[in-house]
Formats: sequence, C-alpha cells, structure tokens
Amino acid sequence: MADVATTVAHDEHETTTGLPHTKLAMWLFLSSECLLFGALITTYVLYRNASVEGPFPADVFDIGYTSVSSFVLLASSLTMVLALAAAQKRDFMRMRLWLLATAMFGLTFVGGQVYEFTAFYREGLAINTNLFGTTFFVLTGFHGVHVTVGILMLLSLTGMSFADRLPDDPAFPVEMVGLYWHFVDIVWIIIFTVVYLIPTAPGAK
Amino acid sequence: MASITIQGDDRARGIRRPSALTGFKSWFTTVDHKKIGLMYGVTAFVFFIVGGLEALLIRSQLAQPDSTVLNAAQYNEVFTMHGLTMIFLFVMPMSAAFFNYLIPLMIGARDVAFPRINAFSYWLFLFGGLFLYSSWFLGGAPNGGWFGYAPNSTTDPTSGMTFYALGLLLTGIASTAGAVNLAVTVINMRAPGMSFFRLPVFVWMGLVTQLLLVFSLPIITVGLFELLFDRRWGTHFFDPTAGADPILWQHLFWLFGHPEVYILILPAFGIFSEVLPVFSRKPLFGYQFVVFSGIAIGFIGFGVWAHHMFAAGLGPVANTAFGISTAIIAIPTGVKIFNWMATMYRGDLRFTAAMLFSVGGVAMFVIGGLSGVTHAIVPADYQQTDTYYIVAHFHYVLFGGAIFGLFSAAYYWWPKVFGRLLSERLGKVHFWIMIIGFNLTFGPMHILGLQGMIRREYTYPESLGLTFWNQVATLGAFLIAVSILVFIANVVKTKMQHRPLETNDPWDARTLEWMTASPPPAYNFDEIPTVHSLDEFWHRKYAEDKNGKLVPVQAGAADHETGPPSRAIHLPSPSYWPLVAAFGLPIMAYGVIYSWWLVGLGVAVTLVGVYGWALEPSVAE
Repeated sequence: MADVATTVAHDEHETTTGLPHTKLAMWLFLSSECLLFGALITTYVLYRNASVEGPFPADVFDIGYTSVSSFVLLASSLTMVLALAAAQKRDFMRMRLWLLATAMFGLTFVGGQVYEFTAFYREGLAINTNLFGTTFFVLTGFHGVHVTVGILMLLSLTGMSFADRLPDDPAFPVEMVGLYWHFVDIVWIIIFTVVYLIPTAPGAK
Repeated sequence: MASITIQGDDRARGIRRPSALTGFKSWFTTVDHKKIGLMYGVTAFVFFIVGGLEALLIRSQLAQPDSTVLNAAQYNEVFTMHGLTMIFLFVMPMSAAFFNYLIPLMIGARDVAFPRINAFSYWLFLFGGLFLYSSWFLGGAPNGGWFGYAPNSTTDPTSGMTFYALGLLLTGIASTAGAVNLAVTVINMRAPGMSFFRLPVFVWMGLVTQLLLVFSLPIITVGLFELLFDRRWGTHFFDPTAGADPILWQHLFWLFGHPEVYILILPAFGIFSEVLPVFSRKPLFGYQFVVFSGIAIGFIGFGVWAHHMFAAGLGPVANTAFGISTAIIAIPTGVKIFNWMATMYRGDLRFTAAMLFSVGGVAMFVIGGLSGVTHAIVPADYQQTDTYYIVAHFHYVLFGGAIFGLFSAAYYWWPKVFGRLLSERLGKVHFWIMIIGFNLTFGPMHILGLQGMIRREYTYPESLGLTFWNQVATLGAFLIAVSILVFIANVVKTKMQHRPLETNDPWDARTLEWMTASPPPAYNFDEIPTVHSLDEFWHRKYAEDKNGKLVPVQAGAADHETGPPSRAIHLPSPSYWPLVAAFGLPIMAYGVIYSWWLVGLGVAVTLVGVYGWALEPSVAE
C-alpha cells in the first residue's frame, strides 16, 4: 500500500442528496433532541399542579425577570444570523464580533438562570423539595446545559477563527452551530410558555 | 493493486494522526467501517456467551422445585443482567456489526459518513457494557428487570439500578451516534444509480432501524435521567407520596421499549430478505411490499406501547385502542412472511446452513408472532401478563427471530468477511441442535405460563406440578449451549484450515458486496460501481433468453469494473480521539456514583478528546 499523497480524488465528497453529511446529521440529531425535550416537557405538563406541598410556581416565579432573560436569549438568534451572513461574505471581523455577541447573550441567559436557581433555593425550593422543584429544575436545567454547550461551540468557533484554523469554507461550521443555537432558542420559547406563562390551576397556590 | 492515500500529512498543524493500518495498535485507532464492524461483532459475541451463561444459571435454578443454586437476590440480578446483556450488549451491537460492515459495501461506498464517530460509538458501547458489568463487583448488579419499573427501581437500596440507569445512558449515546451516522450513510453515500428502490432490503431495514433508534432513544434517555435523579439526588419523578405517578416510567420506558423490539427484529427481517432469494435463486417476491411493510412496522411500532401495560389500569378506552393498534401491526409483519414464502415457492432451493437458519428463523418468528397476537386481546392478556407465556412469546420472536437471523447472517457473510467458508456440515449440526434445544426450552414455557407459573419468581414449590416442564426447559437450554459450542468449534476449525475461497462469490449472490474481493480491500471497491437495477450484481451475471430462462452473461463481463483504479483512493486516517472522547464518559458515570471530582475528570477527558478531534489535521471525512 503506497502512502504517497498523489492527486486526491474527491469523489467521496459528492453526496447522493447534494447536502453535506454534517448538515443531514445535524438535522437528524436535532429531530432526536425534539423527542428528548418532548419527553421532558411532557413530564412537566403531566405533573403541573400535582405537587402536594409548596413552594408552588406562583410563590417563586418572577415573570418580569425571566421575560428579560428570555428576550436576551431570543436576541442571540438575531446575532447568530448576522454572524452567518458575515461568514458567508467572508467578513471575518464581523463574523467574530457577532459570534462573540451571541455567546455573550447566551452567557447572560445562563448567568440569569444560575441567579434564578439560587434565588429559588433561598426561597426554599430545591430539586428535592417537591414535585414542582423536581420537574422545574430538571427541565430548565437540561435546557441550560444545552445553552452552555452552545456557548462552548460559539467560543471555540471564534477561537479557531482567530487562530486561522477554520476550514476553507468557514460559513459551514457557523451554519451548523447556528442550527443548534436556533433549535435551543426555539425550545426555550416552548419551555417559557409552558412553565412560566400558562397560569397554574386556581386550586394550586 | 490500487494505491491508497492515507493523509498523514506532516505540514498540518496539531498532533500527527496515527497512520498504522495493520497490527495490534491499529485496532485502537481504526476508523475503517469493516474493522469497527468486526470489533462490534467480537465484543457482542463475548457478551452473548456471558448472557448465555446467565441464562444457564437461571435454568439451573429452575430445574428443581425449592432449589438453592441461587438465592432470591442473586436470581434478580442474574435475570436482569441476562435481559440487559442479550438486548443491549448482544442483539443491538451484533446488528450494528453487520450494518457497519455491510451497508457501505451494499450501497457502493468506501466508508460510512463519519468514520471517527463510528469508532466513538464502538468504544462507548464497549465502555458502557463494561460499566454495567463492573456493578457485580461494586455492590451488586441491577436487579429490577430490564424494564426497571418504578418505584421498585427507585427505592432499591443497592446501587444496581443506578448502574442500570448510567450504563444504559452510555450505550444509548453510543447507539444514537451510530444511528445518525449509518442513516446519513444510507441517505447520502449511495453509488451512482443506487436509488432508494434499488437498495437491498437489508439496507432498507438498516435505515428504518437507525431512524427508530434516533426517535426512541431520547425518550428512554429522559426516563433514565429521571430514574437517576430520583435515586441519586432525591427527586420525586416516580414518588407517589409527592404527587407523582410511577406509571409515567412505564409510559416512557415502553414508548422506547416497543420500538426497541423492532430495532431488534428488523435487522433479522433484512437478513431473511437477503438470504432467502439467494438460496432460492429467485428475486425477492414483492420487493416494494417488503420495504413498505418494514417502514409501516417502524411507524406503527410507535403506537402500540401500552399493550405492555394492559394490566396497569389505563382504562377500557386506552386498552381497546392499543389492542387494535397491536392487532394492526401484525398485518405488515404477515405481509413479509407471505413474501418470504412466495420467494421460496418453486425456487431452486439450496439448504445451506445460512438458509436453514433463515427458514428456521421465519418459522420460529411466526410462532412468536401468533402468541403475540393473543396478547392483543386484552382479556386474554390479563391472564398471560407476568407469566411464562410472555417469556415464551418474546423468546420466540427475539431468539427465534432475531438470533436465528444473526446466525444466518454469520454463515452467509462469513466468506465475505474472512475469505473462508464455515463448515456446512458443522453448520447444519449447529442448526439442528439449536432449533431442537430452542423449542425444548421455550415451547414448554407456553404451557407453564398458562398453568400460572409467574415470571421472575426465583423458585416454585413442588406442589404446583410445574417441575416436569421446567426440567424439559432446562434440558433445552443446555442443548442450546451445546449448539453454540459447535458454532465456536466451526469457527476455530475454519480458522485452522487454510482453505481460501476459490471465488469471491461463493453463493452466487445478488448484491453489490459480493462484487468486490472477499475479504474486501480497505477501500472496498477498486471503482465505485454504477447501479442499473435492483440486484445489480445478479443482473451483471445473468440475462434472460427469449423464453425467460436464465443464461449466464459472458464470463468476465460481470467483473469488468474490477480492474485497477484509474486514480488514487483517498481514505480517512486513523485517529486516537474517538477512544479518548468515549473514555471520558464512563469516568463521568462512575463520578455520578462516587465523587464530583471524577465527574470533572471525565468531562475534562471528553473535552480533550473532542477538541483533539476537532483540531486534528483534516482529511476526507
């Protein structure tokens, strides 16, 4: 077997559907994630108003505060789009700027969540206090972990861009991270609506 | 000889990629789908032996009334680990072994879409299996059944069910990554002309199986996390005193668990659909029907889960609905069975070992399928639930169907993988001992179940009159063990005798994988073939004359595309990083049980693996 690098035939790169493998894989992965969050949200919905003891949602939620941090997270979807547009134009300074902005918005959201969790804990709601605490912390915590992974990917992309280690077509990894990022944002819209906005039954405090 | 270009290029920044393609070390860094397929196969077979020994322990315990081979606690561990091993560590990875090895060859590709993710999946599966088995030495194995019903699983004082949750999470991540990889491979890496309706049925069933995995594993993942949180951090997901409903676990488990049943059996359906036509010298009867039935089974498989819960008290409306959907899923399954029979009808049958296992597998599956239909009748199911009748049913479908199919595949594709034929004589001995032993083991369980013998009981008093059939079942189980020894002897004998194949195509087969050398070169095909029809390879070998009689195409015409390639073939380089990234995850899992420091270490190892992976000099992948 010769290991001389001769002309490389790139026949492997032509895909049957014309879509890159990574994009197809990302969509499959995200569809799998839909069921993951689907099952978590279902658990939360099934157990709404089922807690036998407090604190109850109305005792701890600060809708105004969470609305602001939700808005910050949604705004990060816009900066993500701007980062991709800049990458497609090969305007790398703007791309890095918007990637960093997206990561910062994400960090603000996660920081807000950490603060919120701490505040709830001080008010007497821990993960093992009651059924509400159990379902609330696990559902929103899972989402928070997803945002954190997204931030890591955004910062890695930025770092690789500064070190000039992005592939020849830098818009592609930005687009892939973007798909993930938008997915995580959309999931938050559902979680925010289901967990915070829909009022609990009058029976529950 | 084709020249292969493995890019191990020095000018690239970062750590140099390993380049060894042969030798002991190469197995740790390989990204070749064939080597990974082999590793899956060997590992799964070792787990099969272990799971089989556990089965023998169970049958030894039940051979006599009031027996003391195992005590109640040990019995719980042994039957739980037997189920987990056979499902998650044998049938699933053994199917993955065949898919990995064969899908690229059958669709005319050089590798899978993500060779490194493929290696990652294998290593994580191996670590997950070892993690699960390490529980025997760390305070007790899982003991709540493979279904792990809450709140029994959340309140058990030993750490077994924590290992269960974490171990299945590890193998679940491995399976999800593998499933995405193989699905993308089938969708996106087909040879020119290989349209979806020219894919071999085995590849089709592979695709459906991977999609079932992608959509069902996240559901059990949530269930396992909830179980883990309940056990480890005192949450209340399945705690009725806090207002929760333990039935939620059953829903999450079976919403995964029923598609899982099809994840286990569809690969065997694919195998039957390849083996039966070859040894009947006829095309598969009703190809489209077989494919669409497989897809229909995949879809309906998500709508029948509550038939595992008829006795849980869901109410008559839910029970009726799920009874109906369960009866409906028998239709596409029946369609397949009639297609296989029609394929054999008036065929030029050759009863090789592979053919025997396929025919035997279909027959055994039909028995299991029929007892399955009796479960769809809710009142009948009330009588059968939690008795040995259920044990008989699922062993007929999963052992009789899936494992017979996997052995058929082993005999059929052995020459493809190793370039040698397994002994047909020993293969037939293996088959007959196995099918007799199998029916002696599981046939009597129908009777025992209807007599009221309850599942998972570690012993029974003599006064119940269950002793005779239990002894027959135990005798059968040891016969199965003998048949496995015959298989191992066959493998060893074949290995010792250097009798290479005279032809690359010993069975006169129909599909692309037989067009290349046996065993295939690292790059699979010298030239990627262009596909013109279903059963492409067959049509290159045979044409029909005016009377519709088969005539061989002029010699040499079939392999006109196997000349030396016109250009260098570019293959992905081996890599250390999948092994490193996978190694961090079991460390995290131990950390969840023992210490946060270990979790941190595991995260660090995985991050090192992931970043090493991402920053590795890029090659075609």
